[in-house]
Amino acid sequence: MQNRPPENRKKNIENLVEIKDVSFSYGFRPVLKAITMAVPRGKVVSIMGLSGCGKTTLLRLIGGALKPRKGEVRVDGQVVNRMQRNQLYALRRKMGMLYQFGALFTDMSAFENVAFQIREHTDLPEDLIQDLVLMKLNAVGLRGAHHLMPAELSGGMARRVALARAIALDPTLIMYDEPFTGLDPISMGVISNLLRRLNDALGATSIVVTHDVQETLKIVDYVYFMADGAIVAQGTPDEIRKSDAPFVHQFVWGEIDGPMPFHMPGAPYARDLALETARA
Amino acid sequence: MPERVLDGLRGIGHKVVNGVWRLGYASGFFLMTLLRSGTSFRRFHLTIKEIFSAGVLSLIIIIVSGLFVGMVLGLQGYETLQKYGSSEAVGTLVALSLTRELGPVVAALLFASRAGSAMTAEIGLMKATEQISAMEMMAVDPIARVIGPRFWGGVISMPLLAAIFSAVGVFGGYLVAVVLIGVDAGAFWSQMQNAVDFRHDILNGIIKSVVFGVAVTAIALFEGYDAPPTAEGVSGATTRTVVTSSLAILGLDFVLTAFMFTGI
Amino acid sequence: MEKTLYLWVGIFVCAGIAALFVLALKVGNASSTFNTGDIYRVNAEFDNIGGLKASAPVKSAGVVVGRVDGIQFDGKKFVARVTMKIDKRYTFPKDTSVSILTSGLLGEQYIGLEAGGDSEMLKDGETLKLTQSAVVLEKLIGQFLYSKAAEGGAK
Repeated sequence: MQNRPPENRKKNIENLVEIKDVSFSYGFRPVLKAITMAVPRGKVVSIMGLSGCGKTTLLRLIGGALKPRKGEVRVDGQVVNRMQRNQLYALRRKMGMLYQFGALFTDMSAFENVAFQIREHTDLPEDLIQDLVLMKLNAVGLRGAHHLMPAELSGGMARRVALARAIALDPTLIMYDEPFTGLDPISMGVISNLLRRLNDALGATSIVVTHDVQETLKIVDYVYFMADGAIVAQGTPDEIRKSDAPFVHQFVWGEIDGPMPFHMPGAPYARDLALETARA
Repeated sequence: MPERVLDGLRGIGHKVVNGVWRLGYASGFFLMTLLRSGTSFRRFHLTIKEIFSAGVLSLIIIIVSGLFVGMVLGLQGYETLQKYGSSEAVGTLVALSLTRELGPVVAALLFASRAGSAMTAEIGLMKATEQISAMEMMAVDPIARVIGPRFWGGVISMPLLAAIFSAVGVFGGYLVAVVLIGVDAGAFWSQMQNAVDFRHDILNGIIKSVVFGVAVTAIALFEGYDAPPTAEGVSGATTRTVVTSSLAILGLDFVLTAFMFTGI
Repeated sequence: MEKTLYLWVGIFVCAGIAALFVLALKVGNASSTFNTGDIYRVNAEFDNIGGLKASAPVKSAGVVVGRVDGIQFDGKKFVARVTMKIDKRYTFPKDTSVSILTSGLLGEQYIGLEAGGDSEMLKDGETLKLTQSAVVLEKLIGQFLYSKAAEGGAK
């Protein structure tokens, strides 16, 4: 695996990803409201929040799969939402994305999945490709599984193969969409360990969208908290752990009741049980 | 007017507007598939894999159905023709029915049910498990790499399947009429050869099957690509493929027959 | 796995093309295309072409020797001009008679050529002089009724 020499970093812009005042809606439903955030080069940044707060949408905006209604998204200094298809594809070659359940191509083996990007975008000879693929699989600890089909892999293994696939071309930016969902504690530990190690070894920048707080706080450099399409809190893992902002506190420590109420708003309990007659 | 009637009308209007919008979207999708067909031909092995999936795997149902259709035509044809003393024309009847109509149409209907629905399910599932998004994020155009080869695989397979259907059907008719019933073999073949014209009947049948191939494959691929990423979504899309393809085949058959065989 | 796949696709494509050939040769009449350049054109004028259509066969002694190319109405002579394509292999004398016949009782109409005795042969673009128009069913029935009526009247 390559190690980017530090000199290169100084020449480049400090923030790899910059999101300025971005708003987005699905149809008439607003999902992101004037979000501004930055991801510094070489760091692991996490975006946390409840399901449906817009975290995955943010990843899609960075990758150029969606266009914001207002604002701009910059990756490596270039404005993603105003790019032509060719430029976008060139940019995507520098990005790697790990999907929630791996999204491996089911009609190809693990080896072929990892080799896919290399074969599509380079003209390297087969023996070189074989070496590269086995190296990537070795990095995630699954070199021995290279011949297996995705259906034969467990959830955790599939996600690791997908990670090997995401880093096949040594990307500058790696994005993770809920990487810890549905994993056993061992697999979770493996993935979070890999996440940090790969980021540092490749000299890359990582963005992790998750709601697995405790696991993530161990490995990230900075955290953004989202709720209802806006950023409600941000800080380093220590700041977050010590924070007494009500929502952050409830989220980090898994409290049942707080700014996010336990009971969904509705009619008073007594009235529903017909203990009180409804006033006409 | 009562509220229910107004609601009904609004519902119909809504459906029509939706339908037209969807048709436009589908046409755009179809156009893009055609424009990005370069990959399907430059990397022809991708298309060959799809010819196998769509064509070779449909061979059994096509051959068996063709045989039975031909045999039934021979049987029914003989029953009716012998009342007018023209039992020797059964060869003509079987051959013309198959090459002009039944070959292309029935083969296309079977193709839609077997290969079309399989394509829809495959693409729908790929979309639901985010494989298509993953491919896009890896800077590989899914329309060029996934949809294109399947489209051309279907279009190439369809006329071959229709030809095999017709040929096997004629053989089925021969089996029933000559071998089983005892119509004179010489009369069977000679009357048929006199009546069936290569350009008029066989070629037109082939043109029909190509048109059906384009329609069925395009519908199957679009429904799969547009399916909601859930289990019900994919199953609904598969059903829609079979229904829409069948209607399209029969409708196009009428239009093409009117052009080709009656000189409108 | 790749090799067997290619094998099956190859078999499939060959079977399809073979089926096409079988249909073309055994089932159909592949030689009746008459699209090739080995033809010459001959015209004929009729008072009534009946149900004759373009690409109807042109037969002589019951054998197909050509196809009807086009049918036009002559606005000055008020007749129908039929253009035929005839295979170059067959030459006909200048005084060949041409008639519009029906195959079977109520079948398709075609052109029948009966060779004459002239020593000179027809060339490309020439017109046949001896023509017999199609038999129109209504006129035939009318004739029949008229002759029956005349018979009845004479008794």
